[in-house]
Amino acid sequence: MKLIVNGQALEIDASTLAELLAALDYEGDWLATAVNSDLVHKVNRAEFQLSDGDRIEILSPMQGG
Amino acid sequence: MFELLGTTLPSRLFLGTAQYPSPAILADAVQASGTSVVTVSLRREMAGGRDGEKFWSLIRSLGTRILPNTAGCHSVKEAVTTAKMAREVFGTSWIKLEVIGNHDTLQPDVFGLVEAARILCDDGFAVFPYTTDDLIVAQRLLEAGCKVLMPWCAPIGSALGPVNIPALRSMRGHFPGVPLIVDAGLGRPSHAATVMELGFDAVLLNTAVARAADPVGMARAFGKAVDAGREAFLSGMLEPRDVAVPSTPTIGRAVFS
Repeated sequence: MKLIVNGQALEIDASTLAELLAALDYEGDWLATAVNSDLVHKVNRAEFQLSDGDRIEILSPMQGG
Repeated sequence: MFELLGTTLPSRLFLGTAQYPSPAILADAVQASGTSVVTVSLRREMAGGRDGEKFWSLIRSLGTRILPNTAGCHSVKEAVTTAKMAREVFGTSWIKLEVIGNHDTLQPDVFGLVEAARILCDDGFAVFPYTTDDLIVAQRLLEAGCKVLMPWCAPIGSALGPVNIPALRSMRGHFPGVPLIVDAGLGRPSHAATVMELGFDAVLLNTAVARAADPVGMARAFGKAVDAGREAFLSGMLEPRDVAVPSTPTIGRAVFS
């Protein structure tokens, strides 16, 4: 499946958001996820089905002003 | 003490966490400032990365309240989604709402700001909108559900200090019961003291501390300035006069001629 993850085009075998995170070695409860500009709660990642061309954002805490 | 949205804050200084020379200096600056609220953000995490975890661990160890921001967002959609992501990660409904309208000046897109504020307030957020000193925009933000306003006093990171004091004074006068926090543009402790003397409830700053030669010392100085400005406001300052008035009593003065 072709996905855009944090702005990078990837070809990856993952059908759900949780599978994508595992495949890319993302783990931790400090991560937030969005698909096509909408928040996907962490409790919904396992059921969230990805589609070809989806844009995924994976964010974590950073310094801010 | 500062009563804000049902919370008692020991300090009226809010401090940003960006641009410090090191995490250790950030932690020391937070402690030296006496701040009880720090601002944080969300950014893309690298695959397999742990930077977010390290930073989040540091922030939690500080023991302050957390005010996430939507810095860098240029649209209502971006800001709203970022706010929702921040609520999930940081576990707070407080959000410093930024909808930036111009890359160069970083001034807020006040139209998008009001729209995003309405969406987030309706969704249960406590929205701290980064706005200008425009009174009509401020009124619209309050109507959208905001309980606090954060006007700039100069462009972000400019260190210019309060460039339009009459506008800030007018804002304070128009919204006497609304918590007003000056956000952005402060460069020196005297700037912070000045806006606190005007009756603003608190200040939020980052660059002036983080980029100082000694961030810890500057953080301490800002903490003192905020306290001094607040106490001066409460104590009733002398109005300026155009004539000299002797401070030493003239009655009983010796006459030698």
